[in-house]
Amino acid sequence: MKILVCISHVPDTTSKINFTEGDTKFDTNGVQFVINPNDEFGLTRAMWFKEKQGASVTVVNVGGPETEPTLRKALAIGADEAIRVNTEAIDGFAVAKQLAKVIEDGAYDLVIAGRESIDYNGGMVPGMIAGLTNANFVNNCISLEVEGTNVTATREIDGGKETVTTALPLVIGGQKGLVEESDLRIPNMRGIMMARKKPLQVLEPIATETETTSVKFEKPAPKGAVTLVAPDNLDELVNLLHNEAKVI
Amino acid sequence: MINSQNLEALNIIIRMKPDLFEAPDYYNLDELLTEEHRLVRDAAREWVKRDVSPIIEEYAQKAEFPTQIVKGLAEIGAFGPYIPVEYGGAGLDQISYGLIMQEIERGDSGVRSTASVQSSLVMYPIWKYGNEEQRNKYLPKLASGEWIGSFGLTEPDHGSNPGGMVTNFKDMGDHYLLNGAKMWISNAPFCNVAVVWAKNEEGRIHGLVVERGMEGFTTPETHNKWSLRASATGELIFDNVKVPKENLLPNKSGLGAPLGCLDSARFGIAWGAIGAAMDCYDTALRYSKERLQFGKPIGQFQLQQKKLAEMITEITKAQLLAWRLGVMRENGTATSAQISMAKRNNVDMALKIARDARQMLGGMGISGEYSIMRHMMNLESVVTYEGTHDIHLLITGLDVTGLNAFK
Ligand SMILES: Cc1cc2nc3c(=O)[nH]c(=O)nc-3n(C[C@H](O)[C@H](O)[C@H](O)COP(=O)(O)OP(=O)(O)OC[C@H]3O[C@@H](n4cnc5c(N)ncnc54)[C@H](O)[C@@H]3O)c2cc1C
Repeated sequence: MKILVCISHVPDTTSKINFTEGDTKFDTNGVQFVINPNDEFGLTRAMWFKEKQGASVTVVNVGGPETEPTLRKALAIGADEAIRVNTEAIDGFAVAKQLAKVIEDGAYDLVIAGRESIDYNGGMVPGMIAGLTNANFVNNCISLEVEGTNVTATREIDGGKETVTTALPLVIGGQKGLVEESDLRIPNMRGIMMARKKPLQVLEPIATETETTSVKFEKPAPKGAVTLVAPDNLDELVNLLHNEAKVI
Repeated sequence: MINSQNLEALNIIIRMKPDLFEAPDYYNLDELLTEEHRLVRDAAREWVKRDVSPIIEEYAQKAEFPTQIVKGLAEIGAFGPYIPVEYGGAGLDQISYGLIMQEIERGDSGVRSTASVQSSLVMYPIWKYGNEEQRNKYLPKLASGEWIGSFGLTEPDHGSNPGGMVTNFKDMGDHYLLNGAKMWISNAPFCNVAVVWAKNEEGRIHGLVVERGMEGFTTPETHNKWSLRASATGELIFDNVKVPKENLLPNKSGLGAPLGCLDSARFGIAWGAIGAAMDCYDTALRYSKERLQFGKPIGQFQLQQKKLAEMITEITKAQLLAWRLGVMRENGTATSAQISMAKRNNVDMALKIARDARQMLGGMGISGEYSIMRHMMNLESVVTYEGTHDIHLLITGLDVTGLNAFK
């Protein structure tokens, strides 16, 4: 089985979020980048396929050279090879087209993407690449088993789960549940040493058009001060909720 | 009321407190590191968060070394990272070694001590002063953590002056007969092998590899330490121990041999201390923004800002010192005196930061809920071993004046 894991390079969840260039660009200054958590669950699941059933695992990222440490980490965790499509990931559809090209050229059987990346939370890429490559698609995937070309997958639905059967070639939008947090791997020294010799191929992008452009980012309004109301003063509470907070 | 049940509940709370550490990098020193340095460092950092932070307080309180982390230490490359791959090491450079020590000591100086001793004081002399058979016999097992080593230099009556040692061996024809005692030896109680420094009949210092199980060799534990409680310290006692001749390290002798090991270990400590300081600073900084007194976060008071501002300044200076020393050590130009300066400065810096940070947490600063007091007490050992604070000052003094103040 040939597996492709799509790896997004995202700010660590503890990063301070700021914008530059008139609130149109994310300020990367001083920000630590990590493997997108949803992708990391998928990468770990891919390692299990590799170790238990035999599979080759390629990781791919659409992005500039600054994303290579993230790919190198995935190699140190155990992926066999890495591909970076050398273009800035601005627009979901453009990214999906680049990935679709990589998927077609590499004839991957299983493409594991994250349900969404935690930076812009678009959540569009997995569905788009399934569409572009004519593959089956399971989103919000929390469990995945493959036998031959038969697939059993479980997806999270509002308040429950749904188990589906489908077949390869398949794209999933994965998340926690594929593996648990305690299953995630820290690269060990052997892995880091092996990663030195593994190929990290840089591909030039295909021509795409940017379909959407960010015009402005806004941060949530800062939290206001807390007003304390005595437990026996219900009228005051109702008054404040009604007239000041305007929520009732 | 504290009864055993409450204590257990408290332990669970301590264990479950998440490690929120965020490493300070005020001068963007990450830009001085390679991609691989950062990968190595971040892996060690993640491992410490996952496997050390949740348990270390409990082990320090119990005064017990957490043996379950030995395998993880080996996996992140803490045992001989710069030892060549053919002997089981990782073949990394000196800065990688320093960064690994920094991250481990960010968790606990005691755990870092185990890694330092194994790497610089046991694997290093076997690699540098041993022959090929000795390297092949010991290094892979030490790198994988299957064996733990200790380093016996200090004696009850010879600490700062190791050249005066009385531990000795006699050539008995087909073996050496070793007698004497070493004190304050990290890892001693559970080590599988010990690199022991002893004088021959001519009074020349040699290194011998003593293995657990050799008759007459015992390793009683030193109890009641208030410092490095999560590291096991003990004695190495040799009562007519027959050491096979092939266990003598053949390629270097004299006091310079153990001092060469200390250079390597002190280099690691200069980095390690930064880790302890970072953890104290990070904890105090976070606390100062959350703790309100007089209606304000305490971080808004000038006296607390002075502490924090000086801490980050000193950490940044120490980072630069360590990085530069790493470059020089890698290209083979770092002198012992330069290493002494970094060890002395950085450990002192960490100790002062630990004390200030402890005060910033008020009463909370003395509790095991935070790491600061543990770091503070640990650093009292770190400022003493591998050459005391005073001894390193005298080394610098000798280096700049050419005049020996030791004797
Ligand atoms: C937890 C722990 C772990 C250790 N692990 C190891 C280990 O694994 N292996 C090992 O071999 N050793 C180890 N040591 C021993 C350590 O290296 C010694 O404690 C240290 O070298 C100091 O020796 P000492 O304790 O005998 O103090 P002393 O040498 O007696 O020093 C006492 C004081 O006198 C000062 N002093 C001494 N000489 C002079 C001088 N000429 N001029 C001015 N001041 C002077 C010192 O600075 C110090 O303040 C460990 C120590 C500790 C506490």
